[in-house]
Amino acid sequence: MNVPRLDLTASPHIKAPDSTPRIMWNVVASLVPVVAAATWYFGLSALLVIAAATAGAVGTEHMFGRNGSLGDGSAAITGLLLGLTLPAGMPLWMAFVGGAFGIGFGKLIFGGLGQNVFNPALVGRAFLQAAFPTAITTWPAAGQSWATLRGANFALPFMGGAVDAVTEATPLNLMKFEHATTGISHLLLGSTAGSLGETSALLILTGGLYLAARRYLNWRIPAAIFVTVTVFSGILWRIDATRFPDPLFMLFSGGLMLGAIYMATDMVTSPITNAGAWIFGGGIGFLVVLIRVWGGLPEGVMYAILLMNALVPFINRATRPRVFGTRLETARGRS
Amino acid sequence: MNGGIGFRHGVHPPDSKELTANAPIRRMPFPDEIVLPLRQHAGRPATLLVGKGDRVERGDKIAESDGWVSVPIHASAAGRVVDIGWWPHPDGTMAEAVRIRVERYSPQIPRPRLVPEWQGLTPKQIVSAVQNAGVVGLGGAAFPAHVKLSPPDDATIELLLVNGAECEPYLTTDHRTMAEYPGRVYAGIRIMMRALGVERAVIGVERNKPDAIAALERVRPPDIDVTVQPLTVKYPQGAEKMLIKAVTGREVPSGKLPMHAGVVVQNVASLAAIAEVFETGLPLIERIVTITGPGVRKPSNLIVPVGTKLRDAVAFCGGLTDDAAEILFGGPMMGAPQSDLDTPLIKGTTGIVVLNRAQSKPIRAYPCIQCGHCLDACPVFLNPSQLGQLAQAGRYEDMVAANLPDCMLCGSCSYVCPSNIPLSQMFSLSKVMLRKHAQTVQAA
Repeated sequence: MNVPRLDLTASPHIKAPDSTPRIMWNVVASLVPVVAAATWYFGLSALLVIAAATAGAVGTEHMFGRNGSLGDGSAAITGLLLGLTLPAGMPLWMAFVGGAFGIGFGKLIFGGLGQNVFNPALVGRAFLQAAFPTAITTWPAAGQSWATLRGANFALPFMGGAVDAVTEATPLNLMKFEHATTGISHLLLGSTAGSLGETSALLILTGGLYLAARRYLNWRIPAAIFVTVTVFSGILWRIDATRFPDPLFMLFSGGLMLGAIYMATDMVTSPITNAGAWIFGGGIGFLVVLIRVWGGLPEGVMYAILLMNALVPFINRATRPRVFGTRLETARGRS
Repeated sequence: MNGGIGFRHGVHPPDSKELTANAPIRRMPFPDEIVLPLRQHAGRPATLLVGKGDRVERGDKIAESDGWVSVPIHASAAGRVVDIGWWPHPDGTMAEAVRIRVERYSPQIPRPRLVPEWQGLTPKQIVSAVQNAGVVGLGGAAFPAHVKLSPPDDATIELLLVNGAECEPYLTTDHRTMAEYPGRVYAGIRIMMRALGVERAVIGVERNKPDAIAALERVRPPDIDVTVQPLTVKYPQGAEKMLIKAVTGREVPSGKLPMHAGVVVQNVASLAAIAEVFETGLPLIERIVTITGPGVRKPSNLIVPVGTKLRDAVAFCGGLTDDAAEILFGGPMMGAPQSDLDTPLIKGTTGIVVLNRAQSKPIRAYPCIQCGHCLDACPVFLNPSQLGQLAQAGRYEDMVAANLPDCMLCGSCSYVCPSNIPLSQMFSLSKVMLRKHAQTVQAA
C-alpha cells in the first residue's frame, strides 16, 4: 500500500464555507446597486466622490495595515460607505482625506480589523463634518444631466472659492427648518436631495435582505432600529401631527436606511450577542429620533450609531448568554 | 415531558454518510498481528496478566481491571504474545501494549464458557458481568459501561436513553448496527433496564437514518416501554447533554452527570455489545468500524478484532487513494489524526476517516470580526470569541470563570468561524494547561 505524507491537524477537520473575506466582499457586492443608483441620480460626481473616499480608505489600509489585509475587503467597505454618506458636490480631496482618516484613526490605530471600537466610515464622516461643515452640508439637487458636476469636485485643497452649483434642501432639512414633508414615493426611490446613499431606501433594503438571508448581518439590529423609530416617532406624531413628522417619513428619510442596514450592523462594532443586538438597535433608534426632533442638527444617525458603538462592550457584558445547565430551576420547570 | 423538541444552537455540516450508509457490515479476516494497548478506556489502564511468549486463546483475559473505573482487556485472536512494550496509541502518545502474533491456521474458537441467563441475575451481578467482559461506551469516549450502570445513591434514574444519533459526519457504525441488528439493540436495552431498575427507554435516532428507524420499529417489543424517537439532523446531537435535552427537554446541570437529570445514556453499539456478552459469553473483543472518506478506495463498514492495525484495516478496504492526506480515528468534527499506520484500532475507535488533500489544506486565519456565529453555534451557550481572546492572552483562570469547563470540545465554533480561528484547539490546549497547573499546585 502506498503511504502518502500524512497531515496532522487539530479537529474539527471540516469547515463551513463562509470566510471573513467572503462576508466582506459580499457586502461590497450588495452595495453595487446602491452606488449605481447614486450615479443615476447625481451623475458622474457621485461616482467620483465614492471612488475618492474608497481610494483614501484602501490606500491607507495598504500603506499602514497588516500585510495582505487589503484582501479581506473591509477597507473597501469603509470607503464605499463613507462615500455614500457624502454629498455629490464634495471636493474629491476631502472625500479622500475622510477615507484615509476613517481607516487610519478609526481602525488601524486600534490594531486593525476586529479591534476598532467605532465604525471607521462614520469616524471618517464625523471628521469631515467637523473639518468641512459647509462642504458636507451643501446638497446638490437631483435630476441634472449626467455629466454635469454637482459642485467643485475638482477644487484644490484649501483653495476655498465659491461653489457654483444648483442646491436644494434635503427632506430632513425641509422638515427641521420649514416643517415640510416629502412624499414617501420620492423617499423610497431616492429622487430627493441628500447624500449619495441617502437616496434609495428600496435598494438599500434589498441589499440588507440579501445579507441577512446569508447571515452576513444580524437582522435584529435594523429590526430593532426600525421598530424603535416607528414606535417613538409614532407616539410623538399621535401627540401632535403638526409638529412631528409621521413615522414613515422618519424611517425613509435621511441616512436611516443606510445607517441601520450597513453601518449599525458592522460586526466589529456591534454587540456579539443576539440580545445585545436588540438593545443596541433600540438605543440607536431612540437616539435618532431624539436628535432629529430636539437636536440642533437635522440628521442624527451618525451620532446615534457612534454613541451606541461606545456602549458595545457594556452591552456584551450585560447580555452574556446563560450557560447550558445553569439556572436549573427554569429548566426543571419545563421538563 | 416534551418529546423531541430538539436542542438549541449546533451546526449542520454535510453528513457525507452516503459512502457507507448502505454498505452491509462485513467481517474482516484476522490480521497477522494484533496490538492491544492496556489503556483503551477512560479511567485507569488495565494491569497485565500475561508475559512474553505466552499462548492465548481468543477471548482470554490478558489484562485485569485496575479498580472501579477500569475494565479488563481480552485477546481478540488466538496466538502468542510476541512482545509487551511501548506502541503508538490512537491518542497520539505511546502506550504500553501487548502484541500478539495471530495463529495462522487456528479456527479461532474461544474456550468453552458458561453463559449465564441474565434474567436470573441480580442487577449487581449484571454490572460485574459487564465489567468483566471489558465493555466500554462504543460511541467514542470509551467510558466503562458498568460505571454508568451503577448510579450513586443520590441519583434516581427514570429513563434509559439510547444514543443512536450518530451526528458525526461520515460515520455509519451505529446506523448499520441499528439497521442490521435491531434485535440485539433491544436485548441490550432489556438487560440495561433490569440492571438500572428503570421502566422506560427511548432510542434517539436522527432522521437521516430512515432504514434504521424502520428496522427498530419493525421489531420493537410490545412488552416493555420503549419508543423510537426520530430527531432532527444536527451536530452535536449525539453529545449526551444535547441528546437528553433533545429527547426529554431537561438540561443536565452544569458540572454534573446525566444521572443527575435522571437519565442514563448508552450508545446503541454498546447495548448490542452487552447483548452479545450475554448471548455468547464472549467479552468485548471485536467492534464495528466505518472505514471511509475520499481517501479510501473501498469505503466499508467492518467488524474488526480489537487491536487490528490501521494499516491492515485500510488495506482490507482497498488501500489509500493517491490523494489521501490525513487519517482520522473518529469523525471529522472531533476525530484525532494518526501519524503511524501501525496504530491499533481500539475499543473506542468508531471509525477511520481518510481525508484528501483538498480537505486537509491549511487555511489562513483572519482577525476575529465579532460576527457572533460561534455564539450561535455553541450548544452549551458559551462565548467562544471571548474565550479565544482569553486563551490567546494565556488567561486560563479567567477562562474557567467564563465557563470553559462546560466546553465539550465539539468543534462547532471552529467549524463556523469565518476567520478560521482554531477555537476548539485553543480550548483543548487551555484545558491541558489548567490540568497541568492543578497538578503542580497539588504537588507543591
